[in-house]
Amino acid sequence: MSDPLDDMYREVILDHYRSPRGKKPIKKKDIESEGKNPSCGDEIEMELDMDNGKVKDVHVNCHGCAISVASGSMLAEYIKGKSLDEVKKISEVVKKMLKGEVDNLPEDLGDLDALKGVRNFPVRIKCALLAWMTLIEGVKNYEKGKNHPKASISTEDKEKE
Amino acid sequence: MQAKLNNKEIIVKDNKDVLDINQIKADFPILNQPINNHRLVYLDNAATTQKPKSVIDAQNEFYLTINANIHRGLHTLAEKATNAYEKTREHVAQFIGGVKTEEIIFTNGTTEAINMVAYTWGEKNINEGDEIVITEMEHHANLVPWVMLAKKKKALLKRIPVTPSGYLDLSNIDKIITSKTKLLAVTHMSNVLGTINPIAELAQLAHDKGAIILGDGAQAVPHLPVDVKELGVDFYAFSAHKMLGPTGVGVLYGKKELLETMPPFNMGGEMIDTVTFDNITWAELPHKFEAGTPNIAGVVAFDETLHYLEKIGMENIRQHEITLLDYALKQLTQIDGLEIQGPLEVTNRGGAISFTDPKIHPHDISTFLDSRGIAIRAGHHCAQPLMKILQKVATARASLYIYNDRNDIDALVEALKKMRKYFGV
Repeated sequence: MSDPLDDMYREVILDHYRSPRGKKPIKKKDIESEGKNPSCGDEIEMELDMDNGKVKDVHVNCHGCAISVASGSMLAEYIKGKSLDEVKKISEVVKKMLKGEVDNLPEDLGDLDALKGVRNFPVRIKCALLAWMTLIEGVKNYEKGKNHPKASISTEDKEKE
Repeated sequence: MQAKLNNKEIIVKDNKDVLDINQIKADFPILNQPINNHRLVYLDNAATTQKPKSVIDAQNEFYLTINANIHRGLHTLAEKATNAYEKTREHVAQFIGGVKTEEIIFTNGTTEAINMVAYTWGEKNINEGDEIVITEMEHHANLVPWVMLAKKKKALLKRIPVTPSGYLDLSNIDKIITSKTKLLAVTHMSNVLGTINPIAELAQLAHDKGAIILGDGAQAVPHLPVDVKELGVDFYAFSAHKMLGPTGVGVLYGKKELLETMPPFNMGGEMIDTVTFDNITWAELPHKFEAGTPNIAGVVAFDETLHYLEKIGMENIRQHEITLLDYALKQLTQIDGLEIQGPLEVTNRGGAISFTDPKIHPHDISTFLDSRGIAIRAGHHCAQPLMKILQKVATARASLYIYNDRNDIDALVEALKKMRKYFGV
C-alpha cells in the first residue's frame, strides 16, 4: 500500500529539500525580497540578478519546513534564465494552482508539477506559497522602479495574497 | 538558586499503570476511531482535551430538559437552570481548595479571565513607574495583556528569566521583584516546557514586597491537585476545555477583598443592581463580573466534568502522568537527533513534552505523525518570546492526559524512529 503522505512529500520535493538549489549568494541584487509565514515560523530571503530583462542569477535562502524549502528551491531552478514576463506569469500560475483556482499547470513545467500534491494538505498550502508570494512582491517593487527597496511579505497579509 | 518545588513524595512507578486506562478510554467515544487508517493516538491535550460521554450527555441533557436563561426568570425551568449553573460554581470553589463561592467568576476561558484582571484591577491599580513582573515562559494570554497595560500606564514590565534546563531562574529575584512591583503574573505550568513553577514560593516573595500574584492555571488545574489557598495566589485562571470540560467556559478565582474593589469588566445585563439614565450601581459578587447570558449549558456540563475528575482523583491523575512521562522521556531521549525542551526531572514537570529535530521542521514532524494517526501540536504554542530564548522557530509538542497509555507512547516513539528515514535526512 502506498503511503498517502507520499502525495505531498514526493521524491522530487524531498530531493529539493535535501539539496536546495540557489543557495549560492549573489553579488548583484536587483530584486530583493523577504517573506515569512508566521504560523510556521518559515522565513525566506530572495535576491535576483537581472540582466537585459532576464533573470541572470537567483539566490534563495529559506529556513523552514520541507515544503517551503522545496518550493523555494524549485522556484530558484525554474526562473533562472527566464524573462521578467515569464517569471510573473509562472508565479501567478503556481499561486493559482496551489490555491486550487486552476487545476493543472501547463505540462512543460517539470519539477513544479510535484507541488500539486500539497493541495491535499490544506494547512500546508501556505508553506508552498511562501516563496512565490515573496517573488511576486519583489518583482512588484522592482517594477515600481524605486532604488533597491527590499520587499517584505507575510503569508498572513490578506491584501498581498 | 533554582526553583524549588513543593511536590510531596512522588514516586515513579515502573511497571504498573496507576489508572485503568482501558476503562477510561471507553468513556471517550472520540478516541475509538481510525485516523488515516491508524488507531487515533491523541497527544494534543495541552491544546484541548477530549470529553467523556458523561460530560457530553450532561450538556445535551441541559438543552433537552432544562434550557432557560438564568437569574432573571421566575418560571420553573429558569429556576432549575439557575440552580444547575450555581451548583457548578460551588463545585469549582470546592475543587480548587474550598474558597468562597462568590470568589469564582465564570468567563469564556483563561484568556478572558486574565484580561478581566488586566482591565479592571490593572486599570485601577497600575500607575506610571509601577512594575509588573512576568516570566519568560508565559503563554501570550498571560503576556500580551500585561505588555499592553504596561505601555498604556507607562509602567515597567520586568521578567524572570528561564534557565537552559527550563526552570525559572530565581537567582536575581530580589532585583526583579521590588517594592515597586505591583503584580506578579506567572504560569503555574508551562504549556511549552511542562515546567511546574514554585507558585507558593513566588507568592510569598510577591507578598513580602506588597505585590499581588496572578497564577495562570490553564495547564496546571487539569493535571495537578490545586489548592489556591495553599498556593497563596490572589488571582488564578483556568479553562474547562483543557480538563475534559466544554469549550467556552473559564474560571477566574479572585480574593473577595480584591474583587470587591474592582470595577466591572463588561457592562450590560446581569451585572447591575439598579439602573437609571444617570446612575448605575453594580450587582454583588460574582454577578458584577458576569454581564450578559453566559455559556450556561457549558457551565452546567462543567459540574459533571469535575465529578468525573474527582471520581478518578487528581492525585491519581498526577501519579499516572508522572509514570507515563517517565516512560516517555526515557524513550524519547534515546531517539537519534531528538532534542527535548524543558526539564527532564519528571517530578518537576507536567506532561507537555516539546521536542525538536535539527533536521526536520516541526510542521513536517506533525504532518508525518498525523499520517500515522498521531495528533500532536507544532508551532510556537503562543509563546513567541520563549521560542526566541530557546532559539527555535517552533517545536513539536506531545502532551499527555488520563486516557493516554504506554501503547500511545510506543506509537509515538516508533513513528519518530522512522521519521528520519522517511525524509532521508
